[in-house]
Amino acid sequence: MKFQTGPAPHSVGSNRVRRMMLLVLAALAPVVIAHLLCFGWGILVNILLAVSSALVSEAFALKLRGKPVQPFVTDGSAIVGAVLLSLALPPLAPWWITVSGAAFAMLVAKHLYGGLGYNVFNPAMAGYAALLVSFPVHMTRWLLPAGLTTTDLSLTQTVHIIFSGQLPLELTWDALSGATPLATVRAGLILRATMDEIHAQPLFTSIVGAGTVGTGWWWVSLAAFVGGIVLLATRVIRWQIPVAMLVATFVCAMFMHALDPGRYSTASFHLLTGATMIGAFFIATDPVSAATSDRGRLIYGAGIGVLAYAIRAWGGYPDGVAFAVLLMNAAVPLIDRYTVPRVYGRP
Amino acid sequence: MRGGLSLIAHKEQSTGLAIDLVAPPKIASLLLAAQNLPAQILVQAGDDVRVGQTLAHTHTTRLHASVSGRIADIRNDNGQYTFVIAGDDADRRDDSVRPIGDFSSMEVEALRTRIALAGITGLGGACFPTATKLAAAVHKQAPLLIINGAECEPFITCDDRLMREHAGDILFGVQVLLYAIAGSQAIVAIETNKPAALQAIRAANKALSDSRIQVRAVPTYYPAGGERQLVTALTEKEVPSGGMPPDIGVLCQNVGTAAAVAKLIRTGEPLIDRVVTVTGSGVREPRNLRARFGTPIATLIDACGGYTGPLERLIMGGSMMGVALESDELPVTAATNCIVAATLTDFQPPGREMPCIRCGHCATACPAHLLPQQLLRYARLNDRPALSELGLRDCIECGCCDFVCPSQIPLASTFIAAKRAS
Repeated sequence: MKFQTGPAPHSVGSNRVRRMMLLVLAALAPVVIAHLLCFGWGILVNILLAVSSALVSEAFALKLRGKPVQPFVTDGSAIVGAVLLSLALPPLAPWWITVSGAAFAMLVAKHLYGGLGYNVFNPAMAGYAALLVSFPVHMTRWLLPAGLTTTDLSLTQTVHIIFSGQLPLELTWDALSGATPLATVRAGLILRATMDEIHAQPLFTSIVGAGTVGTGWWWVSLAAFVGGIVLLATRVIRWQIPVAMLVATFVCAMFMHALDPGRYSTASFHLLTGATMIGAFFIATDPVSAATSDRGRLIYGAGIGVLAYAIRAWGGYPDGVAFAVLLMNAAVPLIDRYTVPRVYGRP
Repeated sequence: MRGGLSLIAHKEQSTGLAIDLVAPPKIASLLLAAQNLPAQILVQAGDDVRVGQTLAHTHTTRLHASVSGRIADIRNDNGQYTFVIAGDDADRRDDSVRPIGDFSSMEVEALRTRIALAGITGLGGACFPTATKLAAAVHKQAPLLIINGAECEPFITCDDRLMREHAGDILFGVQVLLYAIAGSQAIVAIETNKPAALQAIRAANKALSDSRIQVRAVPTYYPAGGERQLVTALTEKEVPSGGMPPDIGVLCQNVGTAAAVAKLIRTGEPLIDRVVTVTGSGVREPRNLRARFGTPIATLIDACGGYTGPLERLIMGGSMMGVALESDELPVTAATNCIVAATLTDFQPPGREMPCIRCGHCATACPAHLLPQQLLRYARLNDRPALSELGLRDCIECGCCDFVCPSQIPLASTFIAAKRAS
């Protein structure tokens, strides 16, 4: 009797790219829920817009490149990138911001470099950075967390604002939006306020429910931490990058805060605001654009932590995670080159 | 120990079944792998041959008749000689098959020559000539003999059965091998998932009370029985890149090889048969069979009640490193430790290949501590200097990287091809 042949091994495990992406999406669910509870319906609309834009852009790019569309559009990677971008955008960002950001991420950052597995830069962060430098006003108009505003926007109102760019007559942007904690600290420091004065502002003091409203970002970070533990437990990511990044951020922040508490925020503030947590577990861990060896990943993660802190403390933007990730993406080939592990049996 | 995998063993179908004999085949096709070495052919078509008679040899390997009868044909396909014997069912023994008996009165060198003349090769799957390995160990004055009973690959149970049923023979073989290399210590290593084999070997060792021999349980993982991995697990030393275990004072032999050496001393019989596990859900009754070399695999399948239906693959060896056979007419050789008649219920075969997403799971799984994803990139670019710097030659071809790859990239086979090309 004759049989089919093929190379060994004949059996493979059950892990698949799609399974990994679905697990990342599942781990992102708590983050999206926290975002929804703290900042309203905007995130859902943004996710819908970004995911649609990303999938259409990816299908278009695959067609142009003469690649099979179905297996790549359904691998889940575009959806993960789109959700991560959505989480970085202001909840009431106009629709064209979200759509163009997701399209940029897919067309330029992903497919111009060769598609899945070949992108040098993290697509979501490249999309975010492109939007931030192109549309700085729209990109910094963050909603105040629930409780700090007098009005909670309904889903219809949210959709209306996102698509028309117009607020309902009775509302103003000043009433709805405000700076994020990182931006507030930054603005305060520019005005030569002390950290105590900055933290006396309503953003940090108004009590809503379980804590101050500043804790809106806090809850999102906590949700990202929970999601990150899920990713570690399911072995989608390994510990080196998140731990290195968080430890580096913590050490930098603690050192500078100890030197001058009047000008530098505490370590816990840096860990729990902005994109630190989500960056450590969901963005820096994007395997395609990260370093590959264990040692390389420690260096890569720590580099992101240090750079993100430096940009926050001394740079031109309130948060630095996106730029830190992109800078370290560029350093990956170098890191990989110098962190090849010792091969078994070699000195 | 870094790297490796915890795999489903798939051994429960055959591990409880005692070794049975299969009748010598009517037609035996014996292979002499000359691999472009000059081969001496000692018989002609039409010659009458007896069991144990030498048919041909190269500098390092020897082929013996596994059945008595008449040489029906001798084929040569590019240096691969096939001797076809039409058996006569009489099982007449050659005069050279005489017990050796007291090996310890022999010169060490004469003993090694006798092992070479018996055509004994490693029975773990790689079939390296045992006498050549012994000579290397003597040359390097390796004092430690490791007897590999790990049997880490899924599906295979031939060594497990051999250890349970022939523990005394194996230990006698260990004593002979120790004498042949003037070694001072031997370790029989068995994976923890074979408690019955461990118990049998321990009991036999106790009865023998040879203080040079120890029995050690090694952790169950794939590839615990890889030669380098086993040496490191037992000695905490690494076999140097490009080197062999004797370079660090170790000689590795499989338990089956030790049993074959024991048989040679006791009966004078050269290597003409081996234990083959026939398993997988594609065969009706899995069995462990002692089969003469040259027996068609189809005969073993028949002895197991035949196929249950269409197969996904017919594998010689285990599911990780085995060879997918294109036909069941192929004969049993020294390398045939297992036949897996595999259907889709046995395991998941690789599916559609996706691009590498650099997740690094392959590097975590690699027991040689390589970066398979980087190797893949350079293998596809055919960048030989980069490949050699990253350790292509240190790849042990275990397939752990393929197993964990979420993109289902055929990594090991790419590396094997790249090794051959360079």
